[in-house]
Amino acid sequence: MTASPKYLLYIAMLVALVLAPLGQGNYIVYVLCSWLIFSVAAMGLNLTLGYAGQVSLAQAAFMGIGAYITALMTMAGYHWLLAMPFAILSCFGIGLILGYPALRVQHHFLAFVTLAFNTLVFLVLRNEEWLTGGSFGLVPIPRPDFFGFSTFKQVPFYYFALVCFLLAAGAMAWIVRSPWGRAFKALRENPIRANSLGLNTRLMTLLAFAIGSGFAGLAGAMMAPLVQFIEPGSFTLIHSLKILLMVVVGGSGFYYGPFLGAAIVVLLPELLRFTEGYYLIIYAAFVLVLMVFSPNGLIGLWQKLMDRFRTQQVERSDLKDGAQL
Amino acid sequence: MTPVLSVRNISKSFGAIKAVNNVSFDVHDGEVLGLIGPNGSGKSTLFNCILGQSTPNSGEVLFKGDSVAGKEAHELNKRGIGRTFQQLSVFPQMSVIDNIIMAGQEHHGTMLSRLMGAPDAGLTEEAEQLISFFRLDHLRDQMAGSLSYGQQKLVDAAVAFMSGPGLVLLDEPAGGVNLTMLEHLKERLQTYNREHGSTFVVIEHNMEFVMSLCSRIIVLAEGVIIAEGSPDEVKSNQRVIDAYLGD
Repeated sequence: MTASPKYLLYIAMLVALVLAPLGQGNYIVYVLCSWLIFSVAAMGLNLTLGYAGQVSLAQAAFMGIGAYITALMTMAGYHWLLAMPFAILSCFGIGLILGYPALRVQHHFLAFVTLAFNTLVFLVLRNEEWLTGGSFGLVPIPRPDFFGFSTFKQVPFYYFALVCFLLAAGAMAWIVRSPWGRAFKALRENPIRANSLGLNTRLMTLLAFAIGSGFAGLAGAMMAPLVQFIEPGSFTLIHSLKILLMVVVGGSGFYYGPFLGAAIVVLLPELLRFTEGYYLIIYAAFVLVLMVFSPNGLIGLWQKLMDRFRTQQVERSDLKDGAQL
Repeated sequence: MTPVLSVRNISKSFGAIKAVNNVSFDVHDGEVLGLIGPNGSGKSTLFNCILGQSTPNSGEVLFKGDSVAGKEAHELNKRGIGRTFQQLSVFPQMSVIDNIIMAGQEHHGTMLSRLMGAPDAGLTEEAEQLISFFRLDHLRDQMAGSLSYGQQKLVDAAVAFMSGPGLVLLDEPAGGVNLTMLEHLKERLQTYNREHGSTFVVIEHNMEFVMSLCSRIIVLAEGVIIAEGSPDEVKSNQRVIDAYLGD
């Protein structure tokens, strides 16, 4: 796509995002907010898994940590703008520590390590009642005001979430376009070769976990004021698997994958509600068929379709320079 | 003059098997040294000891006079040691130009400047020069994984040279490469050596390739050096003929 149509598309998407909640009921706006928030969490996992190739089943745990830190601080009277960076930095730090096992184990072994971490976080949130409220959770979590702009109502909250989402998406775009993004991909594709080219693969692995976790921390910090009540059950393994599904369905390792994946996982069940009892079956069938025919998710499917319809202009490379190559 | 690489009394055993037994040699600036020998002679083990991927039981490796013992691969590369791999070792889902920029970017700036700076780390022009040098211009934006085996070998070589290393260890660069491509690869390596004065250590089984590329050959058999000299001297050495070359 050339520059102008690309920018027009960006503007159209931005306009659509701004107009999306207008005229909608509270529930629809709530679902849209959930989509934005889970997109941020999925973006983080996409960096860890899709770009850097490190399996993590702990993204919901980091969302939980971010949400609880934000809830505790805002309920204690601190502003969300103070609580949010604290939530992100805490998750970044804990993510850095969780990255250490990734230096020793890979693939399904690493998945089990992160799975255990998710369970551990759940147990701490449930059992440390003096701090977290245990199974009763924390309530009421205030929604922030910004210089007279109250996010108490659903539509203003959506715009607040949209601004956070756009800032996070911008930061992620910057990271993946920078030499760091190239280094993460190199880490995923051939860590031994990357190491031999001067890349400190140990540091980049830790950073992949830490940055991905930081994004989950932000998602948690957005989630807490949206729902205004959090409890440990919202951050269990099943939610980590849901975020993983978003990344995989959207297209792991593609920038726009998490947004599409989160849309499918959050919005599609709502759109299929008219089918009543069948919506979960249709939803599951869609995901199964997609994974069978396009393991690279929706973005992969789109690329396949584009390749099929695009005029093939590739010259035979072995003949282009005569018999030389 | 201090040798670029000094291997001093390296020994490495795996259980009762002595893979490398008290091997010493120097590699001088601008030299192209071939390391040959039959399978199991200890070439790869020696390579791994030089590159820090295997810890020798005894001996040391010096790069430009400094010990590189215990250094990780990325530290060695930062010091100026590049390498290629026996197996194809490109980043398959990255374009050719991205493969080559990746090879240079860690040598420029700090971690923070790489995050905040230009996406190409200011290396596009340099990478394109290297692409042109290896005559890969028409493949610049193709995914490295979609190239032919020989083309990927060329990309691998270009990647190894991107950071301008003082020493490049080439692990079977001719393996699996067709004759036309092989001639092209050899000619490019010779030109690079001549123009940049880089030092190469080459492990290779293709005798014609190694004999025409290298100025000096070391022959290993059962973990020890059995011969050393110019290609002609090695070819006529009876011990080498008996142990490796045959009649």
